Amino acid sequence: MRKVLIVGATSAIAEATARLFAGNGDALYLVARNQDRLGAIANDLRVRGAPQVETEAMDANDFSRHRAMIETAIVTLGGLDVALIAHGTLPDQKACEQSFDETLKELQTNCLSILSLLTYLADHFERQGSGTIAVLSSVAGDRGRQSNYVYGTAKAAVNVFLQGLRNRLSRANIQVLTIKPGFVDTPMTAGFQKGLLWAKPEKVAGGIYSAIQRKKDVVYLPWFWRFIMAVINSIPERLFKKMKL
Amino acid sequence: MTAYQSWGGYPKLAQQARLLRWRDAELPVPGDGLSVLPFGNGRSYGDSCLNENGVLLVARGLDRLIAFDPATGILRCEAGVLLADILRFIVPQGWFVPVTPGTQYVTVGGAIANDVHGKNHHRAGTFGCHVSRFELLRSDGARLVCSPAENQALFGATIGGLGLTGVIVAAELKLKRIASPFIAAETIRFDTLDQFFELSETSDRAYEYTVAWIDCLSRGRALGRGIYLRGNHAGPFCCAQPKIARRKLSFPLQLPFSLVNGLTLQAFNRLYYHKQRQRSLHANFYYQPFFYPLDSILGWNRMYGSKGFLQYQCAVPTRHARGAMREILERIARSRTGSFLTVLKLFGAATSPGLLSFPLPGATLALDFPNRGAPTFELLNRLDEVVLAAGGRVYPAKDARMSGDSFRRYFPRWSEFRRHIDPRFSSSFWRRVME
Repeated sequence: MRKVLIVGATSAIAEATARLFAGNGDALYLVARNQDRLGAIANDLRVRGAPQVETEAMDANDFSRHRAMIETAIVTLGGLDVALIAHGTLPDQKACEQSFDETLKELQTNCLSILSLLTYLADHFERQGSGTIAVLSSVAGDRGRQSNYVYGTAKAAVNVFLQGLRNRLSRANIQVLTIKPGFVDTPMTAGFQKGLLWAKPEKVAGGIYSAIQRKKDVVYLPWFWRFIMAVINSIPERLFKKMKL
Repeated sequence: MTAYQSWGGYPKLAQQARLLRWRDAELPVPGDGLSVLPFGNGRSYGDSCLNENGVLLVARGLDRLIAFDPATGILRCEAGVLLADILRFIVPQGWFVPVTPGTQYVTVGGAIANDVHGKNHHRAGTFGCHVSRFELLRSDGARLVCSPAENQALFGATIGGLGLTGVIVAAELKLKRIASPFIAAETIRFDTLDQFFELSETSDRAYEYTVAWIDCLSRGRALGRGIYLRGNHAGPFCCAQPKIARRKLSFPLQLPFSLVNGLTLQAFNRLYYHKQRQRSLHANFYYQPFFYPLDSILGWNRMYGSKGFLQYQCAVPTRHARGAMREILERIARSRTGSFLTVLKLFGAATSPGLLSFPLPGATLALDFPNRGAPTFELLNRLDEVVLAAGGRVYPAKDARMSGDSFRRYFPRWSEFRRHIDPRFSSSFWRRVME
């Protein structure tokens, strides 16, 4: 039985991943903003076989609570083996172009809050000498594009932070997993036309779960995004800047 | 947007969609007056799950279990949960769904809204007979617990109510104890329609699950020949757990034409009938191949090509059953547009609380026809004549074409039902049959 903390536990991908942990008999500490929704998910996970499910309502942008939340999770579960950070929003790129306040708010949610959580988590895992830190990033962080570069900036910063953290914690035997999903059919992307490249949250959750089991560093989900992003990254900037992406 | 289709692939209609994910949230009813309709997993065949130029409230995201008592078998869950999810979780604990249709990929909400039935109808009645209560969300924000004791009129209207009375967000089901995930089954070859009725009479007393497959291309003396399947849940320690294929077969693409044509139909029907050389064969089936043989080929509906197919399921009261079934099978055999899988079963006398529930004591026949346009519709209209004359009815969950006049004669309680429809709810099916 592992002890698992999930921040952003009401997101569709996080919920689907939590079910896989529950099915495996792991104990869970779920964090998100809405207590009623956390309650609905916690009930479901208990019925599915999780021996212990605890919840805490917290806004990830309330940085001052991060340290205490993590300490409470560790005390309540009696330890911590896996931390999955999955909260996030999809910024309105056009609104961000009009207002730096908007951009700052999105960077708070999608980048700074994650760096804050990682700071405290790294400390715990380094002392413990084992465990997994997994963060839901995005393929959007691999290259800046006009359609969503604020989101991409946040994710790119998280990716580099995770690279550094992985490097630092590798000697302590800590897995630091960067998860880069492509298009996922979730409430966050409800407004988009869905095509062949879109994956279901359950599929992405399965990929996250197995990447944790297999001690991966970076995982693209579904797998073919590794090749799509390799192609996108190989386009020279002087051509790329003229493309509508 | 054509992302949301019904299982038959006909008709293809454009509509918007809103995803439901939290049962405590209000319904996202659009401000511009467009009508809404709940959509589960799209296993209704025709247009009862579609809402052209309106909005679908997609309920698959309401897929949480709420509580399960392994001592009593009472399960509470959200309405977007699939029967497949429930089974995966309850079968290892010695429980089973009390009633299941031929696919496990239906939602609980859809099973209630279509008051689905299965191979045990003669024993257990419909799905709605095993629902002790559910929570219904209406467009005005009302959140109503419906049961045989509370809001009972709405309880009866919603069971089999085709999603028109509101969105079912959660339900409580009474599950059924089993000693084994296996079914001890027997298949019996029969040569005539009369033999089917004789087999049914003896089997329905001793077997929980009964159904027959009919060779719908046979004519004359062989009319109505087929294979009869009957079974009971096996006892404990029956058989070794089978290896379940991790990856299911899937029919990958939609062809512009149908693979189901006169040639393949004849070949398939002959083969199916003759593959069993002995008169009777005993075998233990794991529950999945027994109940859901077609689920092992994901997307089998695509083999009918882009024009889709039409299902036709009718029920005829006992006293006219033999004559009507004979007449229907003859009309189909003459048309030579037979169906791949033709299923015949006797319904029992159990009454459902549902106002528009489909089953009635008698015989039910289900077929599917590739959509060939006018000739197909003409044939189905000719079948309606027989069903109407026999005092039977046709199943709305599988329908895309019955006339409003037929519908109102099949379901005389429609006017009573209509009073319970949520004023903001509608469907393409409902508008069609109310014309």
